[in-house]
Amino acid sequence: MAAGVATWLPFARAAAVGWLPLAKKTMPKPPVDNSSKSDEILYVNVSGVRFQTWKNTLDRYPETLLGSSEKEFFYNEDTQEFFFDRDPEMFRHILNFYRTGKLHYPRNECIQAFDEELAFYGIVPEIIGDCCMEEYRDRKKENQERLAEDTEANEAMDAPLPPHSSSRERLWRAFENPHTSTMALVFYYVTGFFIAVSVIANVVETVPCRPPKGSVRDLPCGEKYQLAFFCMDTACVLIFTFEYLMRLFAAPSRCKFMRSVMSVIDVVAILPYYIGLVMPENEDVSGAFVTLRVFRVFRIFKFSRHSAGLRILGYTLKSCASELGFLLFSLTMAIIIFATVMFYAEKGTKDSSFTSIPASFWYTIVTMTTLGYGDMVPNTIAGKIFGSICSLSGVLVIALPVPVIVSNFSRIYHQNQRADKMRAQQKVRMARIRMAKKGAANAFLQYKEDRALGDSDTTALCVKNRSAFEYQHNHLLHCLEKTTNHEFTNEMNYSELCTSDSAGCRTSRSTSLSSQQGATDNSTGCCPRRARRRAAIRLANSTVSVSRGSGQELSTLHTKTPQSRSSLNAQTVDLKLNCGAPDFTAAIISIPTPPANSPDDSPAPGILRNTRATAYTHDTFKISSL
Amino acid sequence: MGAPAVCLEKKLHRLPRAAPQVAVTMAGCAKRCQQGLVKFASSLHKLITGTLIKDKADDDLEMTTVCHRPEGLDQLEALTNFNKRELQVLYRGFKNECPSGIVSEETFKQIYAQFFPHGDASTYAHYLFNAFDTAHSGSIKFEDFVTALSILLRGSITEKLQWTFNLYDINRDGYINKEEMTDIVRAIYDMMGKYTYPVLKNEAPKQHVEAFFLKMDKNRDGVVTLDEFILSCQEDENIMRSLQLFENVI
Repeated sequence: MAAGVATWLPFARAAAVGWLPLAKKTMPKPPVDNSSKSDEILYVNVSGVRFQTWKNTLDRYPETLLGSSEKEFFYNEDTQEFFFDRDPEMFRHILNFYRTGKLHYPRNECIQAFDEELAFYGIVPEIIGDCCMEEYRDRKKENQERLAEDTEANEAMDAPLPPHSSSRERLWRAFENPHTSTMALVFYYVTGFFIAVSVIANVVETVPCRPPKGSVRDLPCGEKYQLAFFCMDTACVLIFTFEYLMRLFAAPSRCKFMRSVMSVIDVVAILPYYIGLVMPENEDVSGAFVTLRVFRVFRIFKFSRHSAGLRILGYTLKSCASELGFLLFSLTMAIIIFATVMFYAEKGTKDSSFTSIPASFWYTIVTMTTLGYGDMVPNTIAGKIFGSICSLSGVLVIALPVPVIVSNFSRIYHQNQRADKMRAQQKVRMARIRMAKKGAANAFLQYKEDRALGDSDTTALCVKNRSAFEYQHNHLLHCLEKTTNHEFTNEMNYSELCTSDSAGCRTSRSTSLSSQQGATDNSTGCCPRRARRRAAIRLANSTVSVSRGSGQELSTLHTKTPQSRSSLNAQTVDLKLNCGAPDFTAAIISIPTPPANSPDDSPAPGILRNTRATAYTHDTFKISSL
Repeated sequence: MGAPAVCLEKKLHRLPRAAPQVAVTMAGCAKRCQQGLVKFASSLHKLITGTLIKDKADDDLEMTTVCHRPEGLDQLEALTNFNKRELQVLYRGFKNECPSGIVSEETFKQIYAQFFPHGDASTYAHYLFNAFDTAHSGSIKFEDFVTALSILLRGSITEKLQWTFNLYDINRDGYINKEEMTDIVRAIYDMMGKYTYPVLKNEAPKQHVEAFFLKMDKNRDGVVTLDEFILSCQEDENIMRSLQLFENVI
């Protein structure tokens, strides 16, 4: 954006007079400025707060909303000002940008709100001044990480399986998210248990047991109960091998899986056993074999699949690799320097333990990390001086990168905590969205019932205070009905139709969950056609025992109690209809209202109440004024 | 003016953990191993020399994409049949939803789906999007939006019918054949959802299409051309009357 260049243009043009004597050809005609208005003050009204500024100020940045003709869309003829329905606090900063040429980021504002304002006014965030750029970038990165975490967690964890997934995909999913099925959970805990058993067996193997009869020397338990330990090891390795092979089979990309860290750990954990089986009972080779048994301790890393904390630790170390590398490098430098110095300082003394520079490495490391075993001590004065310098510098060098690592770990750990919280919140949010959608769907059905009444003078209940938007939306849905020659109904009526017309009926088992949270309206007082049909079904079902048990849903009936009309005090009434599928349930939220006891009421109390549901407001939707 | 202004599109930076799982072939395996080796060597080198990782802020920043600023109010008023006030109202709503000035297909589908909570409006929204997006750029600008609205709400009968023909003609070849019509009708029926009275049968869209072709296809050649369409619609009283229905929407 050519910031102040526009203001200097008249000066540059005037200075062109200096070329006139030298010009070889005649000068071209200057462009005619039609819109040569003298500078005027513009009034900008942002949600009631009135700002005033020169027109030229805004024209400085012609690529933004305020600097271009786009602001004409917001011009209010009656009040002769530009009206924006946005945040006046933020607008202050935006306007300051025009005035001073520098955009500042207010620290106490939400980063997303600020970004949205910038997007609205067409300002690129790159022009934020250096004083505020650091803060802006940090907040932005933090926010993006948080959002990426959340979307990742959402789509990774609870996404339902696609319906036609092969057994391989299901198996992989069971391995990755053990909480999805009981079998997977059982397997998860069993493998965890065996890892623990294997590690404990490795440890206990080396503990000295009481020697067997006829021997004085203490034997490690591994040799005393060799068979028992061998059996336990075999069992563990069998389980691990089975698990590894299953994972290998189920992995979507086997090549990639085999290269992953966890699979390498798995292989390393079980390989020593097989090598031991294959290897002959040879004295020289078994020495090497014993060393190989060390690798069995890697089984403890298999716990990282079971423990999130371990994974976080590993991830932190990976993300702090550069800091760790720096630490290592600087330590190495310091060690070499001090070892050399100590060696040459102690060279003179006899019986000095500083036999060579590599030997002095040990002393330097022990001193720098402030361990101080005391197996190697300097004797000369010079050695002691350098030794003290060494220990002081050691403290400093180690203390420097550690806070960075700690802050990284803390950030990642908190992110992980937040992911769990977000997951829990997401469930609630999805439930609420489903309810709102159901409410919107039923608002239209309610509207139709009311309209079927005709002139709604008689029943004051049918008159609802609908906004113009609702009327137009309902008209749109009515047009759709007329186009397809089918009408919208709710689930209950649909199930009734199921009984009467079995052909082509689709079961709604999958939506029984959402139906329990939905609201239906059975205002028989308003719609005579529906009431007749419902009365017929009611009579037919009056002999149906309501509490037919099929083990799926509870069948409680709530009697009438005067309640408010708010949708929060909804009570669920579960009914089982005989609709072919025995475990089909339909739930109705009944909000009995005292005036709704119209004479059309059913003789059998409690089976179906005249209910009226309130429509949920549309404030959950962000629909524009179109 | 209409000069494209530079503004932002947010791009989420994913943490390095989740890598998309793609199908791999053995041929690419060797190349990837080599790349992995090179990466490993370079990271080892970085570790040894202790170079701190440079602030990856450059690739973290958002991609600046071109968004759109519409023509001036006067030009738009000349191009369409709306007056200034109506254009202002339209633009404010449009800008509120999409500050960047363009609507992507996803956003369009979401907006449209909110009006039809009963069923699935995404297929029909897809066809609508293609009808609005006359330049086939993949996004709707305010000008496209307002031109289409101008035709639909303030245009002549012929213009409206032409727009509708364009909507039905999915592949833009000038003819509506049975498959295109079936797709459209099925998309409309999808919006009804499952709970309808009478119960929605699977053959209902087909029957609807048959009835439509019976009426529209004059020369029985299996396709409907623009002239046949306009002629047939003009003969139908219902259609003519309903075309006036939405004139006072704005």
